[in-house]
Amino acid sequence: MKMKLIATALAAVVTAAPAMAELVFPSLSYRTGPYAAGGIPFADGYADYFTLLNERDGGIGGEKLEVPECETAYNTEKGVECYESTKDLGSLVYQPLSTGITYQLIPKVTADGIPMLTSGLGRTSAKNGAVFPWVFNFPANYWDGASVAVKHILDQEGGDISGKTIALVYHNSAYGKEPIRTLEELAKKHGYDLTLLPVDHPGQEQKSQWLQVRREKPDYVIMWGWGVMNQVAIQEAVNIRFPMDKFIGIWWSGSENDVKPAGEGAHGYKALTFHNLGDDYPLYDDLKTHVFDKGLAAGAGDQHGTAIYNRGLYAAMLVAEAAKTAQEIHGTSQITPAMMRDGMEALEMTEEKMVALGLPKFGPEFTVSCENHGGNGFAAIGQWDASAGEWKLITDYMQSDQEIIQPLIEADSMAYAEESNITPACN
Amino acid sequence: MPEQLIWGTEVVLNGLMAGVLYALVALGFVLIYKASGIFNYAQGVMALFAALTLVGIMEGQVPFSHLINAVFGTEVHHFGWHVPALLAILLTMVVMVVLAWAVNTLIFRHLVNQEPIILFMATIGLAYFLEGFGDIMWGSDIKKMDVGLPQGINLAIDDFTFNIFDYGFFIDNLDLVATAIAAALVFSLIVFAQYTKQGRAMRAVADDHQAALSVGISLNFIWVMVWSLAGFVALVAGIMWGTKSGVQFSLSLIALKALPVLMLGGFTSIPGAIVGGLLIGVGEKLFEFAIGSMIGGATENWFAYVLALLFLVFRPQGLFGEKIIERV
Repeated sequence: MKMKLIATALAAVVTAAPAMAELVFPSLSYRTGPYAAGGIPFADGYADYFTLLNERDGGIGGEKLEVPECETAYNTEKGVECYESTKDLGSLVYQPLSTGITYQLIPKVTADGIPMLTSGLGRTSAKNGAVFPWVFNFPANYWDGASVAVKHILDQEGGDISGKTIALVYHNSAYGKEPIRTLEELAKKHGYDLTLLPVDHPGQEQKSQWLQVRREKPDYVIMWGWGVMNQVAIQEAVNIRFPMDKFIGIWWSGSENDVKPAGEGAHGYKALTFHNLGDDYPLYDDLKTHVFDKGLAAGAGDQHGTAIYNRGLYAAMLVAEAAKTAQEIHGTSQITPAMMRDGMEALEMTEEKMVALGLPKFGPEFTVSCENHGGNGFAAIGQWDASAGEWKLITDYMQSDQEIIQPLIEADSMAYAEESNITPACN
Repeated sequence: MPEQLIWGTEVVLNGLMAGVLYALVALGFVLIYKASGIFNYAQGVMALFAALTLVGIMEGQVPFSHLINAVFGTEVHHFGWHVPALLAILLTMVVMVVLAWAVNTLIFRHLVNQEPIILFMATIGLAYFLEGFGDIMWGSDIKKMDVGLPQGINLAIDDFTFNIFDYGFFIDNLDLVATAIAAALVFSLIVFAQYTKQGRAMRAVADDHQAALSVGISLNFIWVMVWSLAGFVALVAGIMWGTKSGVQFSLSLIALKALPVLMLGGFTSIPGAIVGGLLIGVGEKLFEFAIGSMIGGATENWFAYVLALLFLVFRPQGLFGEKIIERV
C-alpha cells in the first residue's frame, strides 16, 4: 500500500513538473503584499505573451514554453528561495521585478550560468557585459532614465536650463538614490541646481517634502518612487498645485495605479517609459483571439493595456526574441541557459522586427553586444490624460547623454570587478 | 516676521494636523489595550480591511469574486450598483462588528488567562490572516477612496495668512476635516465611557476583570464591544489615510506611525493618544524642517521614535499612562 502511494505521488510530481523538452521561463512574481498592485500586471503580461506563443505558434521553434510562477511578495529572501527552487527546472532566464532580488541574484546567476534580464531596474553598471557576463539590462537603465528626464526638460526650456532648479523626490533606499550621481553630473554640464528630497519608506507621509517644494518652488520635480510613495507624492503635488506637466516620474512611478487615486488633479503628470502604452497594437488582436477569448488569460484578466501589463508583455517578447536568436545561432531548438545568454548578447531589436511581431513602435530599436548589455539607452515620456483615463506617449524615444553615462558605467563596473576579483573580458 | 519663523509656523501647523492622523490610528490600540490588556498588532490591518470593505461596498464589488470565478469559471466582478457613502459606512461598521465578534469568539475567548505575549502573538497571526483575507475578498489593486471629503489647500487660510505674512500657509482641507472628526470621536468616546451603562462596564472591565465578572458584567460582550469600537476607529483612520494615498495594502503600515505615539502618550489613555500624536507630529516635522536638510533628510520615521524614547526616560509609563506599582 505504501509503495503504491509513493508511486502515485511520484507520478503526480513527474506529471506536474515541466517536461524537460520545454523551454522554461520562470516568473518570480508578486501577487501579494504591499507591492502586488505593480507585480500583478507585470506577471499577467509576462505569462500571457508566452501563452500566446504556445497557442498561436506552438511555442518557439517548435518547443512548447513553460512559465512556472513563484511568489516572492517583493521580499528579497523569498525571491532568492524562488530562484533556488526553480533554477534546476532548466530555467533559461530570470527577470526579477525587484532591485533588491536582482542584487542578491547577480552572484548566483553568475555562478550557475543562467542569464538574468533586469530591464529598467537593478544594477545599472551591469550594462558592462565584460564585467557582468550573465546580467543584461536592455533597453534602458536608471541612469538613462535620469538623463532622458533632463533631456526632456531641456526640450521644454528651449535647450537652456542654467539657473533652473530641479528637485529629486526619491525613495530613501539604494533604488531611490540611483539617479543622484547622474543628475549631479548633468547639473555640472547644464548649470541647473539640484535639490534632493528623500522620502522614508514606505512614503505615506510626505508633508515635509512637499511643503519644501512649495516654499522653494523648483522649476521641475523628478520622482524616483515605488508603491504607495507614488500615489502620495502625486496627491501632495496636486494639493500644493504644483504644475503637473513639470512633474516627471521614473517608469516605476508611471502606472495607472499611481495617478488614479489623485483623480482629475493628476492630469498632465508625466512619466518616463522604455516601451509604448495602451492596447492599440495588432498583437492585442492575437492575444484576444488566442488567449483572452479562450479563457487562458493570466490572473483575473483585468490588466490588459495597462502600463505595467505592457511592460510584462515587452519583457516576455524580448526574451522570446533572444531565445529565437539563440536557436538560430546554435542550430537547435532545445537551447540551454548558456545558449540563451548567447542569444541575448546577439539580440537586435529593429522596427521591422517589432512590426512583424505586431508591436509597431512599441519599443526603441537597440542592439546588444558583449561590451553593451544595456542597449542604446533610449526612453520616452508618457503623459497621463485623466479625462480619457489613459497614458499617452508625447515624445519620440530619446537617447540618454552617453557622454555622461558611459564613464559612470565604466567606473562603477570596474570598481565591482576589482571588489569581486573579476577580470573583465569579451571573447 | 523673519521668513524662517513664518515657515516654521506653517510646519508646526502641518505637524499638528499630521499628529491628529497618527492619533486616529493610536486610538484603536488604546481602546483594546485599556479594556483587555492586548496590544493589538492587527490594528493597522484592521484599518486596511475596513477601508477595503468600504470601497468594495461603495463600488458594488462582488466579494471573493476572483475566488468564485476561479472555482466556478464565472465572470462576476460587480453587482452593477453603487452604494452611497453614508450607507456604505454603516454597512462597513456592521462588517467590523461581525469581525469583532469573530475575533473574540474564535480567538480570544480561547486565550483567557494566557500571558500577554501569547495574546500579542495571536494578534500578529490575526494581522497576517486579515491581510490575506482582505486580499482574497476585495483584490489587491489600488482603489480610490472617495466619500466626498474635501482635499487640497484651504484657500481661506491661504488668503488670510498671505494678507498678514505675505506668505500663504498651506493647510490641507482633509487634515482640517480629520481634526474635526478626531475631536468628535474623542468627545464621543469620553462621553460613552463616562455616561453610559456599557461605557461604565467597559471601564470596570479595564480596572479589574474578576471584580467586573462578580457584579454580573459579561466579559465577552464588553470585549466584542471594544473590538467593535476599535474597528470603528480603524474605519475612520482607513478613510482618512485611504483618501490621502488610495486604498492599498501599504495602508496597514500606518500602525508604525502609531507606535511612537503610544510610547509617548501611554497605552491606556485616550487623551494621551491625542496629545502624543500632536507632539510626535510637530516634533518630527520641526526636526525635519530645522535639522533634516543638514543630515541628509528623511528623518521623520526615526526621529519620532527618538522623541518617544526621550520621553520614556523621564516617564516610562508615557505622559498619560497609569503608573503601575506592584507590591511584593
